[in-house]
Amino acid sequence: MSLIVKTITRLTVGLILIYGIYVVLQGHISPGGGFPGGIIIALSFIHLLLAFGKDAVLRKLNQAKGVFLASLGAAVFLGIVLGGFMGRQKPLLSQDHFALFSAGRILLCDIAISVMVGTGFFVIFLALVLLNQGEED
Amino acid sequence: MILLFMICASIVAVESRDLISSVIALSAVGLGLSLGFLILKAPNLAITQLVVEILCVIILIRATINKDLPLVTDGRWLFNTIATYLFILCFLFFAYRALKELPNFGAPLMRVSQEFITNGMQKTGSSNIVTAITLNFRSYDVLGEAAVFFAGIIGVLVIIRKTGKIHNSENEE
Repeated sequence: MSLIVKTITRLTVGLILIYGIYVVLQGHISPGGGFPGGIIIALSFIHLLLAFGKDAVLRKLNQAKGVFLASLGAAVFLGIVLGGFMGRQKPLLSQDHFALFSAGRILLCDIAISVMVGTGFFVIFLALVLLNQGEED
Repeated sequence: MILLFMICASIVAVESRDLISSVIALSAVGLGLSLGFLILKAPNLAITQLVVEILCVIILIRATINKDLPLVTDGRWLFNTIATYLFILCFLFFAYRALKELPNFGAPLMRVSQEFITNGMQKTGSSNIVTAITLNFRSYDVLGEAAVFFAGIIGVLVIIRKTGKIHNSENEE
């Protein structure tokens, strides 16, 4: 990729990642939530991969680690929801309105969902990229 | 107006010869849908639709570059199309029978949703009613949806890894 793309990517990748985390963390105050926030986090990694090639990104997050993180996110989400089923009536986080760490289990569920969705989509994209590389040879 | 735009874009997507222009027309359909959601006052859905549309377009462009698939006309094409039409007819028949059973729009069916709107913020503590419903009142549905999503990811990984290995072993031989 050309020099212009690489320079702009260096500036914007951090911003996209922070915006994704922001959308996840205020999912119970403003529109957003776990699913789009996770995809925005995955988009920041994909941006890095498209601009710098797969070697720069595979050092940070290779396929085995990605699958492990996706499974971990899914398992944590399952644990939180089943913990509510087993009879814990007291809400986990406080009930102040519009505060950041509030609204019971919604924030914890959102964080687990965003990890699962983000790493899952990025691992699928990695698998497609590796398949294309294998076919071109 | 937005519906008209979406219909035109989808016709372009189906009828164009080039794969890349089909993908771009598909992304126009997704953009139109996201604008429709915004006008109907559903910002949660609009954000999710827009973001997933961007991701799908990137994946599709990456996957279809240098590859134009011809329309499959040999093999069991006739059986496949007839089976698809029969399935669509069966589904429409059952949907018609099921939809006749629902009560009229506006009868005491809105009792539960009225309860959500008036007491949602007090009971859950979150000011975003959509998130309160999806992750608190109806979170088992979201659990099922996340399970299907995760199964889809693992399925795609298994299939693609096997195809990659077959290609690699063919190249080495």
